[in-house]
Amino acid sequence: MGIESNDHALLTALRDGDERVFSDLVERWSGLMLRLALAHVESRAIAEEVVQDAWLTVLRSLHRFEGRSTLRTWVLGIVVNLARSRSRAERRATLASSESIVDPARFLAADHPRWPHHWAVEPVPWRTPEDNLLADETRNVILEAVEGLPAPQREVLVLRDFEGLTGGEVCNILRLTDTHQRVLLHRARSRIRNALERYFAAPETT
Amino acid sequence: MIDQRLPEMPCRELVEVITDYLEDRLSPIDRSRFEAHLAECEPCRLYLEQFRQTIRALGRMPEESLSSETRGALLAAFRGWSSH
Repeated sequence: MGIESNDHALLTALRDGDERVFSDLVERWSGLMLRLALAHVESRAIAEEVVQDAWLTVLRSLHRFEGRSTLRTWVLGIVVNLARSRSRAERRATLASSESIVDPARFLAADHPRWPHHWAVEPVPWRTPEDNLLADETRNVILEAVEGLPAPQREVLVLRDFEGLTGGEVCNILRLTDTHQRVLLHRARSRIRNALERYFAAPETT
Repeated sequence: MIDQRLPEMPCRELVEVITDYLEDRLSPIDRSRFEAHLAECEPCRLYLEQFRQTIRALGRMPEESLSSETRGALLAAFRGWSSH
């Protein structure tokens, strides 16, 4: 695969020392890079360091970039690798475990005579108009839930749902199979929905 | 039309495969089971709508950005790099 034409223009400009092009890329991609780094490191300050390291690595390695992926995929892969190695140094990896999408206790038993595996405790409407999902308080509920995700789920959620990248690009950046990517995404989304449910659908006190 | 020969997809299974459904990665049979169940089940329709609301909310979170110190350091590094 050759270098994409848009990437070709970017690479030429960077190699020619076009500072505006570099500054623009830093502006456009660093927010996402910070979020990816924060999937692995605890502090904002360390995430900034990781992103800075990533850009320096990009500059050092640019002459070796062959266009097997897009430039963005390559850059994001670099930040993911650096953040992952920082997290190994910082703290023990948390064990991945099989988990339920929804608390199993909310479903009827498999041997229920009429409604096996149907809702026992149904979801209830959220007592909020959708606009409230954008309120600061709700955003904090979401961000806290995101911070509680295992790193692999958080990486996928950030790339897919915060930034809207395609499944294919996310698989390339994170080196995941398509199936695994969807499993992680689904678990992550489900956990965030559950957090919103706890927040919005808490039983009213009577 | 619901194909009566297909085994029903219970609620507990439906919540597991919503992302596969949204990404159009269910087999045609499972897609039919999913949609047949949804047509009959109000709580699962609500669950799916909340799932979609969650995805929309995630897509509208505020941007992160680098501190001006880090940006400045990167631009300085670029100038050094491109002058070699």
